Amino acid sequence: MFIKVMDFLALYAIPFVVFAIPVYAIIKKVKVYAVFVDGAKEGLTVAATILPFLCCMLCGIGMFRASGAMEWVVGILSPVTNLIGMPAEILPMGIMRSFSGGAAQGLLADLLTNYGPDSLVGRMASVAMGSTETTFYCIAVYFGCVGVTKVRHAVVAGLLADLASLLAACFVTNIIWG
Amino acid sequence: MMNYIWVGLVAIAVITGIFTGNIADVQSAVFDFAQSSVDIVFGLIGIMVFWMGLMRVAEESGLTEKIALFVKPVMTRLFPDVPADHPALGAIVMNLAANVLGLGDAATPFGLKAMKELQTLNKTKDIATDAMVMFLAINTSSVTLIHTTVLAMRSSAGAAMATDVVGPIIVATVISTVTAVIAVLLLGKLRIWKLQNVIDKERAAGTLVLNPDYKEWEGLPAKKGISIDGRVSE
Repeated sequence: MFIKVMDFLALYAIPFVVFAIPVYAIIKKVKVYAVFVDGAKEGLTVAATILPFLCCMLCGIGMFRASGAMEWVVGILSPVTNLIGMPAEILPMGIMRSFSGGAAQGLLADLLTNYGPDSLVGRMASVAMGSTETTFYCIAVYFGCVGVTKVRHAVVAGLLADLASLLAACFVTNIIWG
Repeated sequence: MMNYIWVGLVAIAVITGIFTGNIADVQSAVFDFAQSSVDIVFGLIGIMVFWMGLMRVAEESGLTEKIALFVKPVMTRLFPDVPADHPALGAIVMNLAANVLGLGDAATPFGLKAMKELQTLNKTKDIATDAMVMFLAINTSSVTLIHTTVLAMRSSAGAAMATDVVGPIIVATVISTVTAVIAVLLLGKLRIWKLQNVIDKERAAGTLVLNPDYKEWEGLPAKKGISIDGRVSE
């Protein structure tokens, strides 16, 4: 049943959005075509912004992998992560999500390239990446803009949420594709 | 910190490469992956351009406001310290609605505005209020339902069906947000993080700084307020 819902979403969620938004907009008398084209330009900026991060991280990680150091790290982490059904390869990215979105994206790209997007690792990493924002960045920006330095339990709560999303990603991915 | 991490990665890679004899591979990794990154971004551009266009249409058609209407009743429960008609609540709701639609760039200005408005309800200058912590936790747990960047990266990497992770992402992100809310509510009760205790500790240490921009607001929920000067207020 759960898997059926997931499959349904995979097939219909985006087509629904692609249908519903323009139709809703045209009813609201929005100049859909013109607005679309105008907003689409931002897509180029996003892609251009991502490239330096991606290049930097992919090269760094690629080197790390090629030297054999990554195997060593994974070897150390595996006994622990295997207990919960998480491939140890995901852990660096899982942790990095809390610190730097750009770096985490780079790590995701590396995993997708090396293991393929349809592998368990590729899928789990994708789910993990898509389910959380960069905790420390958010804290820095949002509290920084009002000068609040004593953030109380914000960091712990944020990190707990990050951990929950990583475990949830592992769990759900294993249910469907494990 | 990223600086140290990246330099560490590269340094360890080269040193390890020399010891394991894989140094040739390490070198070709630089060239191969630099090219890889361009290939990936090229694969991304199309879908990002399409999605941003679609999202701009959503924005222009007032969809964000519509979603905000749904979100508001929940928000008044999560932010009991914020009066229902205070501009902070409006900004919070718009920020979350924009995030739900995946409009990160639209969400951030609302988020900053929300924090600034929440600060006017803050009697201290630099201590986070309960509302601020809750807002931040929800934000950082991500409420985005369709995470286009991840989907685009999967598509660019050649996934058979890039969107097969949409359902799981929604599940995981809901779980993380629920965890965030529960964590904030529970942790906020702990002695070390309870707002009144933090304020008292600061006052005792002589480091309590009052907020010159604090604005009294009519209709603040009638309950024992946070006391700045040690007296219990009604």
